[in-house]
Amino acid sequence: MKALRKYLDKIKPNFEEGGKHPGLKSTFEAFESFLFVPNGTTAAKGAHIRDSVDLKRTITMVIIALIPALLFGMWNVGYFHHKMTGEEAGLFGNFFYGLGQVLPIIAVSYISGLFLEFLFAQIRKEQVNEGFLATGLLIPMIVPVDCPLWMVAVATMFAVLIGKEVFGGTGMNIVNPALLARAFLFFAYPAKMSGDQVWVAGFGDKDVTKIDGFSGATPLGELAHGTTFDQLTSQYSICDMFMGYIPGSIGETSTLCILIGAVILIWTGVASWKIMCSGVLGVLCMGLLLNTFGEAAYTQIPFWSHLLLGGFAFGIVFMATDPVTAAQTETGKWIYGFLIGIVAILVRVVNPAFPEGVMLAILLMNVCAPLIDHIVIRQNVKRRLSRVKNK
Amino acid sequence: MSKVIKLKKGLDINLKGQAEKTVEKTVSPTFISIKPSDFPCVKPHLEVRQGDKVKAGDVLFTDKFRPEIRFCSPVSGEVAEIRRAERRRITDVIVKADSQTEYAKFEVKDLNSKDAVKELFLKSGVWPYLRQRPFNIIADPQQDAKAVYISTFDSAPLAADYQFVLKDQLEAFQAGVDALSKLAKVYIGLDGKVASNIFANVKNAEINTFEGPHPAGNAGVQISYVCPVNKGESVIVVNPQDVVIIGRLVKNGIYDAKKTIALAGSKVKNPAYVSVVANSNIDSVLEGKIDETPLEGVEGEAVRIIGGNVLTGTKLSKDGFLGFYDNEITIIPEGKYYDFFGWALPGLKKYSFSHTFFSWLCPKKQYELDTNMHGEKRAYVVTGTFEKLVPMDILPLQLIKAILAQNIELMEELGIYEVAEEDFALCEFADTSKTDIQAIIRKGLDLMVSETR
Repeated sequence: MKALRKYLDKIKPNFEEGGKHPGLKSTFEAFESFLFVPNGTTAAKGAHIRDSVDLKRTITMVIIALIPALLFGMWNVGYFHHKMTGEEAGLFGNFFYGLGQVLPIIAVSYISGLFLEFLFAQIRKEQVNEGFLATGLLIPMIVPVDCPLWMVAVATMFAVLIGKEVFGGTGMNIVNPALLARAFLFFAYPAKMSGDQVWVAGFGDKDVTKIDGFSGATPLGELAHGTTFDQLTSQYSICDMFMGYIPGSIGETSTLCILIGAVILIWTGVASWKIMCSGVLGVLCMGLLLNTFGEAAYTQIPFWSHLLLGGFAFGIVFMATDPVTAAQTETGKWIYGFLIGIVAILVRVVNPAFPEGVMLAILLMNVCAPLIDHIVIRQNVKRRLSRVKNK
Repeated sequence: MSKVIKLKKGLDINLKGQAEKTVEKTVSPTFISIKPSDFPCVKPHLEVRQGDKVKAGDVLFTDKFRPEIRFCSPVSGEVAEIRRAERRRITDVIVKADSQTEYAKFEVKDLNSKDAVKELFLKSGVWPYLRQRPFNIIADPQQDAKAVYISTFDSAPLAADYQFVLKDQLEAFQAGVDALSKLAKVYIGLDGKVASNIFANVKNAEINTFEGPHPAGNAGVQISYVCPVNKGESVIVVNPQDVVIIGRLVKNGIYDAKKTIALAGSKVKNPAYVSVVANSNIDSVLEGKIDETPLEGVEGEAVRIIGGNVLTGTKLSKDGFLGFYDNEITIIPEGKYYDFFGWALPGLKKYSFSHTFFSWLCPKKQYELDTNMHGEKRAYVVTGTFEKLVPMDILPLQLIKAILAQNIELMEELGIYEVAEEDFALCEFADTSKTDIQAIIRKGLDLMVSETR
């Protein structure tokens, strides 16, 4: 450890202005601060002590919270692949097959995104922000497993470039970059991204033998095509949906694993419980409303089942709570989460073109978040002004 | 009409090195220094030259912007040195103290009118103890304040306990309150954690009780519940120990700036209280009290000496001087070290307001915190932390951003008139993005002052 520190101190001057590689300063600093929390001390006036938490630690917590859903997602990929081919693979067989499918996607997402992050940090002569470490893992978890790797790369770079860097980098973006990547894929390659072709690994591959009658569609896809809830539950039980034995994007299927992640995020204080709770409330309200007034079969599925289906749980826990793109006032967070719940179910049920509404709901509310905050801020200002008038 | 106000927001940081409640020694100063940097928005105009003889209560310098405000020597002696920094900015006006203090006599009678009190306070040099909200600067003698506010407790970590410090000074305290009440109605804030409060029977003032974690003791926080500051208004804030100094002036006609300070912190040997004179040299106070063993792996200095508390204080050198408003000296270890994978390890010993380190498993533990930043400056990403630490109807993050954008109108609307740096000290402590929030707030306040001048 000390030898490593000495070595870093020795090579450090090479990356300073006037050294051998000044163009790699940001890169060097990123790796240095990865190994060692720097030795900076507090200013001569102000708070002389500081909390141990920093952005790296915060992002680490997000990644830890994602791990249960990620591991389950890997298993799920193998499980459905082998279900399709009719093979028996066992717990580890399923998992390692999934690992082989998912790891390349994660690698592509991190490499293409971090490349741009480092590049922009260097151009701006800033330090590399840690935000992408979460984004880079979120992207693989919300794409279908059979999404071609080059598409993942293109989408990631698009998201980092257009979603984040053009606005000034981490902390300045309007919409969630991971969701933007997903939306980019959805709208740029609709044929590849919707329907029932991509959700099970190897489904679109003609060389793979499939057992008869296997459908690769997600439960939401089936519901959108007119399957009733009773028909659906004969295929996947409520327990299957909760545990995650259903096809879907890599990380979104297991409500249980996502709940574990949610508990970690809330307990560590990294994500807002207000957004999560109000989001769930929004879904339940909209579901009840549709149950009461809806006529089509889709509107009549039990209102609570929306929480288990599709990407809602993943979206509200990991995407909607991104502090940069969510509402930033505490009251605003309640409104923001609630509206995401409402809009997600509205899009999901009422608009047949989009079987999944969560992505669009969160993106829409990302854009509206500054407006929500503005209203909350005005209320605060009003309260202050009314103090004068009431005297 | 006495109220009990319960505050939920905030944080008590449990630090090692609380001062034991004994006055260990009385130190008479050999030198004192008045530092203009203790007074934001003051531009000093010297009234003495090196070699001049002064008595305690004689003027050393005045404020160029408000010449009626005088900064006086708390001791008698000879002006030893005027220290200057770049562009001849004055940093210290140093007086070599006589062994026996000779006091300038001020005539104290007919303190029945506002003007008489103002005149006495201004002439004798106690006026700078009166600070105002808005802007946290020395109160404006030209403006009539709507209230005088005294918070009788400091809730900051390791702060001096005024229940102990002032237990024999209540008479002077009452005299100070009586004089201050001529300026405006006096409000007093009591600590709800104390069972039989020595300030509970103070007369001539409205008394309210505040319960809750730090910053419940901040005057600005208490004011926001009792008599909030609106645009165009001002409230005078006085520290209880300074009220006693004012009380002595009113009773005896002299500027007698003796005070009892806490000497606290994990790097103090046997932390306790010390009797000193305001602005005095600290080397004799610190003699034999500092534990100089550095933390493992620390380069450079071993300890940091802070005038004031760990959240808002100013770094002092060993041969430095106590600040004008300081009521304690805190000494903590310096933290110039590299922390191998410090962000990744479980962190059982790492204190955090969040639960991101496993130290939440032992909430009662006393911590020895050092001056390490524990990270580097980043963009504002995390939201919701500041809101848990500011118990006022203020949107902290939005106000900080308005200041950074220098949007004066928005700063006004979001309550810049109500805040001081210290109200945001915990935000600075807990900030994930490691920004210097108190410096940002001061910048905003300075900007507002320069706009109104």
